[in-house]
Amino acid sequence: MHISPVMWQFLVKWLHSSALFPAEASTIAPWTDALYFFLLAMTVVGLVLVGALIFGFSVMYRKEKSPVATQIEGSTLLEATWTIIPLAIFLVTFVWGALLYFRIYNPPTNAMNIYIVGKQWMWKAEHPGGQHEINALHVPIGRPVQLTMISQDVFHSFSIPDFRVKREVIPGRYSTVWFQATEAGTYHLFCTQYCGTAHSAMIGEITAMSPEDYTKWTQQSTSGMSLAQNGERLYAAMGCNACHNGSAAARGPNLAGVYGSKLQLTNGSQVLVNDAYLRDAILNPSQHITAGYAPIMPTYQGQISEEGLIDLVEFIKNLDSNYRVKQTLVTAESDQAAPSTPQPIAPQQGPGANTGMVKQ
Amino acid sequence: MSATTHHTIVNLPDQSTAELPKRNYLNNEHGLLSWLLTGDHKRIGILYLISITFFFFLGGAFAGLIRLELLTPQPDLVASDTYNKFFTMHGLIMIFLFLVPSVPATIGNFLIPIMIGAKDLAFPKINLLSWYLYLGGALFTLIALVQGGVDTGWTFTTPLSTHYLNTHVITAATGVFIVGFSSIFTGLNFIVTIHRMRAPGMTWFRMPLFVWSNYAASILMVLGTPVLAITIVLVALERTLGIGVFDPTKGGDPLLFQHLFWFYSHPAVYIMILPGMGVISEVISTFSRKRVFGYTAVAFSSVAIALFGFFVWAHHMFIMGVSNYSALVFSLLTMLVAVPSAIKVFNWAFTLQKGSITFETPMLYAFAFIGLFTIGGLTGVFLGSLGMDIHLTETYFIVAHFHYVMVGGMLMAFLAGIHFWWPKMTGRMYPESVSKLSAVVSFIGFNLTFMPQFILGYLGMPRRYHAYPAEYQVLNVLSTAGATVLGVGFLMPLIYLAWSLKYGAIAGNNPWQATGLEWQIQSPPLTENFIEVPIVDHEAYDYEWLEHKTANEVTTVG
Repeated sequence: MHISPVMWQFLVKWLHSSALFPAEASTIAPWTDALYFFLLAMTVVGLVLVGALIFGFSVMYRKEKSPVATQIEGSTLLEATWTIIPLAIFLVTFVWGALLYFRIYNPPTNAMNIYIVGKQWMWKAEHPGGQHEINALHVPIGRPVQLTMISQDVFHSFSIPDFRVKREVIPGRYSTVWFQATEAGTYHLFCTQYCGTAHSAMIGEITAMSPEDYTKWTQQSTSGMSLAQNGERLYAAMGCNACHNGSAAARGPNLAGVYGSKLQLTNGSQVLVNDAYLRDAILNPSQHITAGYAPIMPTYQGQISEEGLIDLVEFIKNLDSNYRVKQTLVTAESDQAAPSTPQPIAPQQGPGANTGMVKQ
Repeated sequence: MSATTHHTIVNLPDQSTAELPKRNYLNNEHGLLSWLLTGDHKRIGILYLISITFFFFLGGAFAGLIRLELLTPQPDLVASDTYNKFFTMHGLIMIFLFLVPSVPATIGNFLIPIMIGAKDLAFPKINLLSWYLYLGGALFTLIALVQGGVDTGWTFTTPLSTHYLNTHVITAATGVFIVGFSSIFTGLNFIVTIHRMRAPGMTWFRMPLFVWSNYAASILMVLGTPVLAITIVLVALERTLGIGVFDPTKGGDPLLFQHLFWFYSHPAVYIMILPGMGVISEVISTFSRKRVFGYTAVAFSSVAIALFGFFVWAHHMFIMGVSNYSALVFSLLTMLVAVPSAIKVFNWAFTLQKGSITFETPMLYAFAFIGLFTIGGLTGVFLGSLGMDIHLTETYFIVAHFHYVMVGGMLMAFLAGIHFWWPKMTGRMYPESVSKLSAVVSFIGFNLTFMPQFILGYLGMPRRYHAYPAEYQVLNVLSTAGATVLGVGFLMPLIYLAWSLKYGAIAGNNPWQATGLEWQIQSPPLTENFIEVPIVDHEAYDYEWLEHKTANEVTTVG
C-alpha cells in the first residue's frame, strides 16, 4: 500500500494541528506511524466485520423474523478461514514490528554517543565534550545520536514520544537507544516507568537544533573538562595506573586500545570489550580476569558514582597509548590538573571556558 | 403488553400463585454461623459475591479519585504520594480482590458442580478455606490501606519496592501472598471436581463451555500462582534481610524480578478473562436458541490460550534490554495466543446465525463484551508487535488496552453472568428495562472513559502520572466525564439487584428456557442440588432435547 508523500504530509499536519497526533520529529517516526496506521486499519476492519456480523445476524434472525432456530454444528471451512486469516495478519504485524524493533534498537555505527544517568527524580545528560545537563538534552538534527543510559537507583524509562523512541533505564546495567532528529524544536522527555513519589515530575525537554546552532551550544556550555579528562583524573586518583600502566611488568592488563577488542578471560570465555564490560570489570573485577593475570584487583562497588564510571569508561575508550598514563604516574604527586586534550566535539574550546551549564 | 411477549423467551410461572420453593439452599439453615461454617458451594459462591462486590466498589472509588485528580493537568487534588497510593490500591484491589476471583469464585463456585451434575465441589471444606484465605488476604490489604497505604504500584517492581519506599509494602505483599492461596485452592477444587465428579453420561464434550473455560483458568491458577508467591517472598526477604536476589549492587538482577512477576501476571490475565469467555458462550447460546458454533474449537481454544499463555510473559519487557532475539520469540508467541481469541469471537458471532435471537439484559452485556473485547484484543496485537510496543508501552495506550480487556471484557462478562444466573441464585428476576438501561449506560460510559486514553497513549502520555502537560487536558476531561457515566452504570445494578431480592418476579426453574443442568432444577436450588443423580444423554446446548423433554425434571435413575 503506497501513499503519496503529499497526502502523507497533509494527513500528518492535520492530525498534529488537531492535537490528536504527536509530531513526527525523527527519522524513525514515519516508520512507526506507518505500522500504527496498518494496525489501526486492521482494528477498524476487524471491528466493523465483527460488528456487522453481530448486528446483521441480530436483525436477520431476531425472534420475530426467525421464530425457530436452525441448529448448526459448525463448519470446518469457516473455522479454518477465521483461524488462518487472523494468523496471517498477525504474522505480518509480527514481521513488520520485528523489523521496526531492530531498526530502533540497533544504532548506526557512526552515531554520536551521549550518556544519560537517571535518578530519582531527574535526568542527567553527560556529553563527551563535558557538557552536563539536567532534565534537558540538546541534540543536533540530521545526525544519529546514541544514548547510553543507566539508572543510579530504580527502574526509569527514557521516552521521547515525538521521536517514537523509548527505553528502560536500568540500575546496574547500560541500555542504549538511538534516534536521528529531523525537525528543530523542543520535545517532551518523559520518565515512563513508575519510579516513586515525583515520577510525573521526572520530565524534561529535548531540544533539537540545526548543526550550526548545536556547535554553538556545545561551545558555550562545556564545563571545560571532557568526560575523558575527568576520567583521566579519576584514573590517577583511584590509583588505576599503578597496575594498568601498560608496561611489560605491570600487574594489570594494558588498557590502551582495549575498547572494541575481543578479550580472552581466565575462565576461558571470550568477551567483546564495550561500555558495559568495562563498567562491570571495574565493579566486579573477580568475574572478569583477563587471561594471564592474577585476580588481585579489588572491587570498586560503591566507591565510584555512575557519573564517575562513565568518565572512566569514556577515558579508557579513548585511550590509544599509554604515554599519558605513565606521565600521570610520574606527576601523580603534584596536584596539577591533567592537561587538556583536543576535543572531538568542541574544536575551538578555550581552556577553562566554563559558562555555567555545570549543574552537577 | 401481549405483543411484546413474542419478542422474549422469558417464561415465568403465574405470578399470582407462584412462590419460592419451600426448601432451598438459602433457607435450609439459619443464622450467621450456618453461613460462616457452610460447606455448600452455592453459599460460598454467595459469600464470595458479597465480598468481591464490596472490593469492586472500594477499588472503583480509587478509580474515581484518580480520574478526579486527572481532570486538571496540575497536581492539585492530592499530593503525589497520595496519588501513587490511589493507583496502587486501585490495581491491587481490582486485580487480586476482584478480577481474579470474580467469575470463578462466584458464578463458577455456584454453578460448576450443578453444570456437571454433582452435589458439591470435591473438597467443600477447602472451598470454604479458600474464602477465608481470600478474607485474610483482603484484611491485610485493608490494614495496609488503613495504616496509610502502599505506593509500589500493583506490580511491586524492585528495587523500588525493596529499597526505596517506606510504605506498608510487606503488609500489602502478605495480603497478595495469602489471596494467591485462595486462588490456588479454588483452581485445585475445580480441576478435581471436573475430572472426578461428572454425572453419568456427562462426558468431556458434553460439558457446557463455561466449565471448559473455568477448567483452563484453573490450570493457570494452580501452575501460575505459586510463582507469584515465590516472587513475593523474595521481595519480602530482599526488603527485610537484603538477600540481594534482585539487587544489582549485590550481584542480583532486577530483571529477574520482572521475569518472575510476569510469569504469573501474564497468565493471570487469562485467569481473569477465560471464565468470562465461558459466560459469554452460555449467554449467546441461550438467547439465540442455538448450540454454540464449533463447540470443540471453542473448548480447545480455551485450553490453547491457557497453554500459550504461559509462554508470552516477556512481552511485558520488550523495552527492558532483553535480548533482541528473545524478544522476537516472545513477540511471535504473543501473536499466536491472539488467534484462539479471534476464533472465539467469530464462533460467537456465527452462533447467532440462523438463531432465534432475543435481547434480554445478559445478551446486551454479552454483545458489549464481544465489541469491547475485540478492541481490547486487537490493540493487544499493537503491543505484541515489537517496534510498535516501544512507543506504546508504559503509556495510556496500555492502560486503555487492558481496561478494554479487563473491564470491557471481564466485567461485562461478569455482569452478563450475574444477570443471567440471578434467577437461579435468588429465585427472583431482576427488573428487565432498568437493567437494559444500565447495560447501555455502562457501554457508553466505558467507551467515553477509555477511548480517549488510546489517543493519549499515542500522544505519549505516560501512565501513573500525577501531573501531565496541558495539551493533554481535553482528552483527560473526556475520560473523567466518561468515568462518571460508567460509575452510574455500575451502581445501578447494585441497587436494582438488591431491590429484586424482595420485589423481583418469581423466576421458576427455567425462565430462559436454557438447556444447562442448572436450569432443570428448582430456583434457588436445594442444598444437595439434585434430588437424584442426573443421567446425561445429550450434548450441551441441545435445544431439541429441551423441547422433547417430557417432564420438568432431568432424566433420573430411581
